[in-house]
Amino acid sequence: MNQNFRMTSLLTYTLKNLPNTSKWALRFCMRPLSSSSQLQAAAASQTKSKKTLAKPNIRNIVVVDGVRTPFLLSGTSYKDLMPHDLARAALSGLLHRTSVPKDVVDYIIFGTVIQEVKTSNVAREAALGAGFSDKTPAHTVTMACISSNQAMTTAVGLIASGQCDVVVAGGVELMSDIPIRHSRKMRKMMLDLNKAKTLAQRLSIISKFRLNFLSPELPAVSEFSTSETMGHSADRLAAAFAISREEQDEYALRSHSLAKKAQDEGLLSDVVPFKVPGRDTVTQDNGIRPSSLDQMAKLKPAFIKPYGTVTAANSSFLTDGASAVLIMAEEKALAMGYKPKAYLRDFMYVSQDPKDQLLLGPTYATPKVLEKAGLTMNDIDVFEFHEAFSGQILANLKAMDSDWFAQNYMGRKAKVGLPPLEKFNNWGGSLSLGHPFGATGCRLVMAAANRLRKEGGQYGLVAACAAGGQVFSICFTCVTDKTSYL
Amino acid sequence: MVASRAIGSLSRFTASRTLRCSGYICRSFTRSSALLTRTHINYGVRGDVAVIRINSPNSKVNTLSQELHSEFMEVMNEVWSSSQIRSAVLISTKPGCFIAGADLNMLNSCTTSQEVTQISQEAQKMFEKLEKSTKPVVAAINGSCLGGGLELAISCQYRIATKDKKTVLGSPEVLLGILPGAGATQRLPKMVGIPAAFDMMLTGRGIRADRAKKMGLVDQLVEPLGPGVKPPEERTIEYLEEVAITFAKGLADKKITPKRDKGLVEKLTSYALSIPFVRQQIYKKVEEKVRKQTKGLYPAPLKIIDVVKTGIEQGSNAGYLSESQTFGELAMTKESKALMGLYRGQTQCKKNKFGAPQKEVKQLAVLGAGLMGAGIAQVSVDKGLQTILKDTTLPALGRGQQQVFKGLNDKVKKKTLTSFERDAMFSNLIGQLDYRGFEKADMVIEAVFEDLNLKHRVLKEAEAVIPDHCVFASNTSALPIGEIATVSKRPEKVIPDHCVFASNTSALPIGEIATVSKRPEKVIGMHYFSPVDKMQLLEIITTEKTSKDTTASAVDVGLRQGKVIIVVKDGPGFYTTRCLTPMMSEVIRILQEGVGPKKLDSLTTSFGFPVGAATLVDEVGVDVAKHVAENLGKEFGERFAGGSLEMLQQMISKGFLGRKSGKGFYIYQEGVKNKNLNSDMDSILASLKMPSQPDVSSDEDIQYRLVTRFVNEAILCLQEGVLATPTEGDIGAVFGLGFPPCLGGPFHFVDLYGAQKIVDRLRKYEAAYGKQFTPCQLLVDHANNPNKKFYQ
Repeated sequence: MNQNFRMTSLLTYTLKNLPNTSKWALRFCMRPLSSSSQLQAAAASQTKSKKTLAKPNIRNIVVVDGVRTPFLLSGTSYKDLMPHDLARAALSGLLHRTSVPKDVVDYIIFGTVIQEVKTSNVAREAALGAGFSDKTPAHTVTMACISSNQAMTTAVGLIASGQCDVVVAGGVELMSDIPIRHSRKMRKMMLDLNKAKTLAQRLSIISKFRLNFLSPELPAVSEFSTSETMGHSADRLAAAFAISREEQDEYALRSHSLAKKAQDEGLLSDVVPFKVPGRDTVTQDNGIRPSSLDQMAKLKPAFIKPYGTVTAANSSFLTDGASAVLIMAEEKALAMGYKPKAYLRDFMYVSQDPKDQLLLGPTYATPKVLEKAGLTMNDIDVFEFHEAFSGQILANLKAMDSDWFAQNYMGRKAKVGLPPLEKFNNWGGSLSLGHPFGATGCRLVMAAANRLRKEGGQYGLVAACAAGGQVFSICFTCVTDKTSYL
Repeated sequence: MVASRAIGSLSRFTASRTLRCSGYICRSFTRSSALLTRTHINYGVRGDVAVIRINSPNSKVNTLSQELHSEFMEVMNEVWSSSQIRSAVLISTKPGCFIAGADLNMLNSCTTSQEVTQISQEAQKMFEKLEKSTKPVVAAINGSCLGGGLELAISCQYRIATKDKKTVLGSPEVLLGILPGAGATQRLPKMVGIPAAFDMMLTGRGIRADRAKKMGLVDQLVEPLGPGVKPPEERTIEYLEEVAITFAKGLADKKITPKRDKGLVEKLTSYALSIPFVRQQIYKKVEEKVRKQTKGLYPAPLKIIDVVKTGIEQGSNAGYLSESQTFGELAMTKESKALMGLYRGQTQCKKNKFGAPQKEVKQLAVLGAGLMGAGIAQVSVDKGLQTILKDTTLPALGRGQQQVFKGLNDKVKKKTLTSFERDAMFSNLIGQLDYRGFEKADMVIEAVFEDLNLKHRVLKEAEAVIPDHCVFASNTSALPIGEIATVSKRPEKVIPDHCVFASNTSALPIGEIATVSKRPEKVIGMHYFSPVDKMQLLEIITTEKTSKDTTASAVDVGLRQGKVIIVVKDGPGFYTTRCLTPMMSEVIRILQEGVGPKKLDSLTTSFGFPVGAATLVDEVGVDVAKHVAENLGKEFGERFAGGSLEMLQQMISKGFLGRKSGKGFYIYQEGVKNKNLNSDMDSILASLKMPSQPDVSSDEDIQYRLVTRFVNEAILCLQEGVLATPTEGDIGAVFGLGFPPCLGGPFHFVDLYGAQKIVDRLRKYEAAYGKQFTPCQLLVDHANNPNKKFYQ
């Protein structure tokens, strides 16, 4: 209830400051009142739609534990590392945390987005470096911001189909260094030179050189299909849902405040310290910076200038970091004496229009995965949504709360319904903790699992949007609930 | 459709009302009664910003009509007199249209140039007041902002436009033979610089929002929004309004200045243009170019240059005066009347008067991947139509596919498409050599290679197979016998019953093709013009048996392909080919009489044809021309006689097929711009030389011999009922055959030039050459009764 009170005061504050958004703020304000009963209900699990999500003839798959390196603003302490160094740190941390014997691990999968070309299969390089058996295969997947979710669900697939019992899944991103290439013309010339046999041929190739060949080529920051950057899209999305700059700043402030609180209270237990070679040991995330609304209001729009609403303060920042989780078949985990943290249950990927609905995925995925699991919004005790931008989160919440949107775009009769904000990203989110693209997925799942244990809930739901208009969503159960062992 | 639109706007109105209620202060001044009577404009006040919303009732677009004009004045006077209002936003609530231009009916109802000048001066006064407004006015532009709409926008202090594909700014008046008559000739040069202003006003081209921003024509861009909690278009307009309000406030508070930073190049250009000598050079250059292009046939472009010049060199008072007077003069010219008629005709021919088809065509199949087939495929796939392109050999198919790709890729190079959109469009195209998937086709358009020998050969081949398998007869006219045999054994399974079979042929009667069909009501002709992606016209040919739904379906597909459509009755040569053929016959005679191809070309282009007559033969293809001439000659006999087909025959035997073979009357080489005469033609021309008749061989006579034969045949088509309306005749002639647009098409030409004069000409030539020039009855009727006009 303390939490509720805090939320209420926070949002009444919003109400005072934002007379224009009365309807919206009012809804938030009302929420704690109505949902306190839900919270109590959650404790008594007989009110849940279902007692367990276990399915006959399908193996139960559990997350034993998961860790991550501290997430740092890119260009800070990790700036001289390579991605596999970070991934290795996460793997070593996981080994240390779980004491899992290296030879038990059947398979390793990592997700990453912007690939370092030297280590394109970063999972393998990191695993070898972390001392895993060279007999353990490893592969790398990519699916934009949900790459490590893809790594985890790949693991689920391998275990469910009986191919493996123990899989490590993780993700890594190092935005401090990105592969900047020679231009296509330059590359072509260099490759042609390689093939040229005689001096005359070489000279004729070199004679075609022009100065503009030297202009470098950066990894694309924009959507390939629409040539629109994500920030730009987020700004348009916020405008489409009429979300004000103040609302966005307010939400970002919430994220930072909650993250700071969680950090101070030691709740972010998935973080493992990392001794960076040649530098001090990094022990905690460095992007959490609760500021004041006045300070945030001073920033200029970052994408749509000069009148946009998305700023540096209400967007997730470029981040370096890695994460890893240990996933096992339940019987294997129990046989090895582990007390797993959570069951991984129904999951779902959906995708939609990458132009206008690039970041609206959670709205689509949430009801679908709930339906698949046979749960309702009220059954969920813990929500962890990926926060790419404040505006994106708020747009999704508005979309979920709109009958019009549900009817016209989702083919539903009625709105999805709002996830109660007091169950939503309570330990901060990507806005404050940081968002290393490839590594965020595992962080979301571990945050949800740890929160379930800490807050005493049964069901958690994770949703994350990604470039290309794709989205991932998963439902899972906390293992502390004894009944689910039956 | 109209009903749903009305309901849509109604709900929009109520929705916006309830939402905005809190932010708005209701107007309760003495004028509130006037507020109720306003139909085009409503306005509210948000804080200290007046939001003026334009939405003309019962129309898809807003036009600057007299009522809108006066309502706008009324509202602006309230804005200026209210102490509470400090700035204003001007916006249209009509999706896809800010203001599409002045009301043409208003101009057409004027009978003297003075009246038109008066209209211009009133608009000038209003916009001058707007320009000098001490309270900043922001034009928030979403959708077309053309002509008078642009002139209104550039009189405002600030412009914000949505970066939507529909947002286009431009001064298309020149295309109607007039000039921007409400101050654009004076304001545009100051705003975007003299060269850019000339470009806009002389070409009439539409400018997309992002380019407009670079040019300084608009000050800010707003991205169109996607779905939110209401329809995207509606929310985009609302968002545009919100953004415009913040800028209006900023301007009133002097936090934003309407002046923009100019780049170095721009600064240098504007410096250079401050030197009178440089300006004179520019006027001269532009004038030269215009003279060369218009050949003195279009008065408007030169007048535009004059008026701009007057404004810059003699001050804006002189400029405005000259603008309004010239506007009045131009509106009364024959050219302008002809061009406006064409514009109206074009609008009419972009509607489907046959109603919506019972089944919308989703899957199209095109037979033959030649120039035509691939062109048809291109204009289909880029509108999202699933299209099968079928040919008989892989290389031929590959060429067709490459043509489609190149057409799309050129748009990527011009940045009107992204490479991703290109790829998505291109994947709508399925190239194949067999009939797989035809069972799902809703329409098959055959466009097999227009090679005469091949066509003859396969026609014969087809005729041998037809009796038993009649459904396929019509479209197998150009396919190898092997395939016909395999496919036609089970024709019913190959093409579904609702499938429309459309034939793309220029001269074969559709009726004849249909006789062998089991479903003649589903057979129709769709005559495209080459190059398909550039030529706007589509001639649809219906037989007596073609059903109305089949026609509706064909028109629907054509409209989706972006075509201007005329629907004509079946007959030899349909309408377009039939009009062109007698003219071509005359071309040959004139060449035989010793007029060189170059001279002939210059005579025809100086009359207003975009392509010279000899060049046209080369472009069409000598073999095709001969085939058509022979076919129609048989049908129509003496009326189509004139030159000797022997000339074409000899050209074909020497391989001079025109552009496609590299030689015709001219020599065509890759990469060479100036084409040279084909000297090998001299012997052919010499061998067929005929004596010319001096009294009908002056330059003017030669021009009129060509044009009157064309016009006479066109009118005969109307007389015989091949054409349903004169409008379609004009549109077909101008957009399909390049009939001089300044004459407005054969029917406008007769109306404006006078039927009697044309009959006189025809009688004169009839005396020299005989029946080919006998005027048709309908034309004679018009000559006998001066009150009779094709357009009332």
